[in-house]
Amino acid sequence: MRLKILIRLKNQILEPQGKTIEQSLANLGFKDLTNIRQGKLIELDVPDNLKSEEKNKLIESACKKLLVNEIIEEYEVLG
Amino acid sequence: MTFKSAVITFPGSNCDRDAVTYLEDLTSGPVYKIWHEESTLPNVDLVILPGGFSFGDYLRSGAMASKSQIIKDVVKHAESGKYLMGICNGFQILTEIGLLHGALLQNNGLKFLGKNCFIKKRDENQFNKSISNEKILEIPVAHNEGNFYCDEDTLKDLLDNELIAFEYCDGQYSLDEANINGSLKNIAGITNKKKNILGLMPHPERAYQKYHSSEDGKLIIESILS
Repeated sequence: MRLKILIRLKNQILEPQGKTIEQSLANLGFKDLTNIRQGKLIELDVPDNLKSEEKNKLIESACKKLLVNEIIEEYEVLG
Repeated sequence: MTFKSAVITFPGSNCDRDAVTYLEDLTSGPVYKIWHEESTLPNVDLVILPGGFSFGDYLRSGAMASKSQIIKDVVKHAESGKYLMGICNGFQILTEIGLLHGALLQNNGLKFLGKNCFIKKRDENQFNKSISNEKILEIPVAHNEGNFYCDEDTLKDLLDNELIAFEYCDGQYSLDEANINGSLKNIAGITNKKKNILGLMPHPERAYQKYHSSEDGKLIIESILS
């Protein structure tokens, strides 16, 4: 099963790339597109035979051990 | 008495050689060069995690390096109370391991900073004890993610326990304009509670020879040895 994990900087943390993108878009006339923040998306395959609970545990463990730094980031499994 | 040290090299480290010559020239040696896939660290007094772009800075700076084989022994070394110093990418690796508080975010000005900066001692520890409170050190920085961040409770912990080793300053003690990368409290370097681990964004190993623009980097090794 293919899963997507969305990782983003926590809301209270300044995300300078988003700000720069916002400026560039505004320069192109997209002045109504605001509050832009950029995150990252990780796609991965999980074995099909895992029960939902096992799958959640596996993903949570991978996120906590490597994929996400919870001091500055939060994540969401998009399924 | 000889002072033994080791420098760890990860794929993408690029200040490892400078760190080795820094230690060779300023300590009595020997200096061991250790590849990150090795599982045992020799018995040394100081380990340096050098600057660079370990594992291409993929995922997050220092994230992959913090899971390297050698890190288990580096943690044991630090837990035994011996010295561990992470410079630049090494600082990022130390926060990713969890040996130091906080995280290093992208510089708030979005630029890679490659220039000399000015820092001064804030809280005393073994890495800065020979340096006077008035001394302003001129040391180069070269980083894209040097913006120190932590939550409020952690910052209180850093302040209450006097763990801020070095802060950026502009040479005239006006801290407001000196903050080159957006770091909380102008933090350039912090220690752990036992004060045997230092993470530092500026590069002292690039400022110790006569032909360097400054020799202030010597003062950190002199402090450790004193």
